[in-house]
Amino acid sequence: MAAEIYRAIADGILIGGVYALMAVGLTLIFGVLDIINIAQGVLVVLGAYLSYSLSARLHLDLFVGLLVTVPAMFIIGVVIHYAFIRRLRGQERTAMTLLVTYAVALIIEGILYEIYGPNYKELNATYVTNSIHILGFYLPYIYLYGFALAVVLVAALYALLYRTRFGRSVRATMQDETAARLIGIDVNKVAAITFGVGVAVTATGGMMFGATNGGFNPNSGYDLISRLLAIIILGGMGSIGGALAASIFMLTVESLVTIWSPQWAIIVFYAALVIVLVVRPTGFFGRAPVRAQ
Amino acid sequence: MNRSTTLKLAGLAVVAAIAVAFPYVYSSPVNTNYGVYGLIFVTVASAWNIFSGFSGYISLGQAVFFGSGAYTVGIAARDWHMNGDGIFLLLPLGAVVATAIAVPFGLIALRVRRHTFIVITIAVFFIFQLMAYDFWFTGGTIGLPAPFLPWQAATFNNPFYFMALGTAAVTIALAWLIRRSKFGLQLRAIKDDEDRALGLGVRTMRVKLSAFMLSAFITGFIGGVWFLYITQVLPSSGYDPLFDLTIVLMAFLGGVGTIAGPVIGALIIEPGRLWLTTRSNIGWLANGYVSEILLGALFLVIVLFVPRGIVPTGREWIKKLRSRGRPAVSPTGTAERATPAGSRR
Repeated sequence: MAAEIYRAIADGILIGGVYALMAVGLTLIFGVLDIINIAQGVLVVLGAYLSYSLSARLHLDLFVGLLVTVPAMFIIGVVIHYAFIRRLRGQERTAMTLLVTYAVALIIEGILYEIYGPNYKELNATYVTNSIHILGFYLPYIYLYGFALAVVLVAALYALLYRTRFGRSVRATMQDETAARLIGIDVNKVAAITFGVGVAVTATGGMMFGATNGGFNPNSGYDLISRLLAIIILGGMGSIGGALAASIFMLTVESLVTIWSPQWAIIVFYAALVIVLVVRPTGFFGRAPVRAQ
Repeated sequence: MNRSTTLKLAGLAVVAAIAVAFPYVYSSPVNTNYGVYGLIFVTVASAWNIFSGFSGYISLGQAVFFGSGAYTVGIAARDWHMNGDGIFLLLPLGAVVATAIAVPFGLIALRVRRHTFIVITIAVFFIFQLMAYDFWFTGGTIGLPAPFLPWQAATFNNPFYFMALGTAAVTIALAWLIRRSKFGLQLRAIKDDEDRALGLGVRTMRVKLSAFMLSAFITGFIGGVWFLYITQVLPSSGYDPLFDLTIVLMAFLGGVGTIAGPVIGALIIEPGRLWLTTRSNIGWLANGYVSEILLGALFLVIVLFVPRGIVPTGREWIKKLRSRGRPAVSPTGTAERATPAGSRR
């Protein structure tokens, strides 16, 4: 029993790292643009398919393939922002961005179905199938690599936000858009690049998802988006470290409940969200919302 | 009575006459099927609008009430061994159960606003879908069948058509009454500035919760009607994430917060969607994936080009036509208020 619990905790923490890779893009986009990107789930799947094509057709290593998929997804993100998101303003923006990003998700999903069909695909590599023996249980290498990648990426995003000139303008835009505009920040450009970066990070999340989830198809995005939303709300929307912490917390809870009953584990996942928000409406790391005027 | 009121009443009478005559003129079940689905969605979109459209709290959990109404009728009919026409007496029970669910749901979700509220409604929605899959009394993945109704196939749809029509009419009338009442004013004050409304003495929680429960009651009722009509409910059809987004799209296409908007939106989108998925025999359209891409593209066109909805946009055009040549009079800058100062990008 005790061994099972340790195992579940280790699994939860490591898979939590994979979810963090998928969730940081969502929370970053929310923090800067103030929109919920419903397409995030499908973008993860798109990232997985891009990695799949590179490794199945060109026999590129999964991690080397990221050098291609990350810039490609960055461009996709900037295009989505430029074509659709940029135009939305006004009172109903919250709901409209939901509908627009959902429409984008539908279109991407349809295209993926056209190209790859509905059959489940999986990313393969030696480090996906091989395991390492530590502390009495076996862990696939990919989990360890993924967790390391998550920590490195979160650190890199922090460096980008807190140590660069671009990061300063992003944070200025997060705090007060009008003031940022007044001191000469090109807010539209900041928003476009942030959207691009958010989607680019998702490419790595997609690769890890494809390697660890045990199969994916174009429809996998729907289950994902609700989990990712639960994670970023819990972490405090817009907080990147919060997303990492909440991913690890949620996946550990889920993995612990799985020992007892696999089918109820996923409900506990959402119930945890509801309970935490009853106690603390801004999530773990969220700031109290500034009253909009 | 002035001329414009007379015109409006006459128009309403014509619409009502067309709605009543429809199943007699186009009596084939294929046509009445469009009518039944269209009216079910008119009801749900209007019910959604009474809460979300008026108060500005965009809910993506309306399917919780729809599915719960359907499941309540199904479970009660099975456990109480009911069949025949008597099962229609269970519809109010479905509505009451949906309303009872709305109380804890609302007490939790209505504490938070905007995006967080939306995500909580999604989370609650998934909790209900998963419960429908996993509880011992819901029939699991195979769902529940409705009791058999020994009616003739040729006219099977008609009673459902009139039931849906009646529910839709009551819902629209309620929406109209609420919009004109103090209650509706309080809801709209919450949409504009909830803190200020609270400061002015609006009991915001009570107002929001009442509207949420009313919306749930109507949706639960029509969910039961839908269940008896299609004679089966599954966790994936009763609690369908697409359902939630579709009714939001309907309301937005027509015009959120207006009375006619959700009705028009539902009557355009639902028959269109039904035709695309079932009846279109154009080769490349029949491919399910292409129709999905088309649906997404349609969403984009609506939101990007008619962002405020058909009804408000249409009203503006009429106003422009009337004031042709003369400078339009805009009392205290109502026209300018379309872009509030606090808007972001």
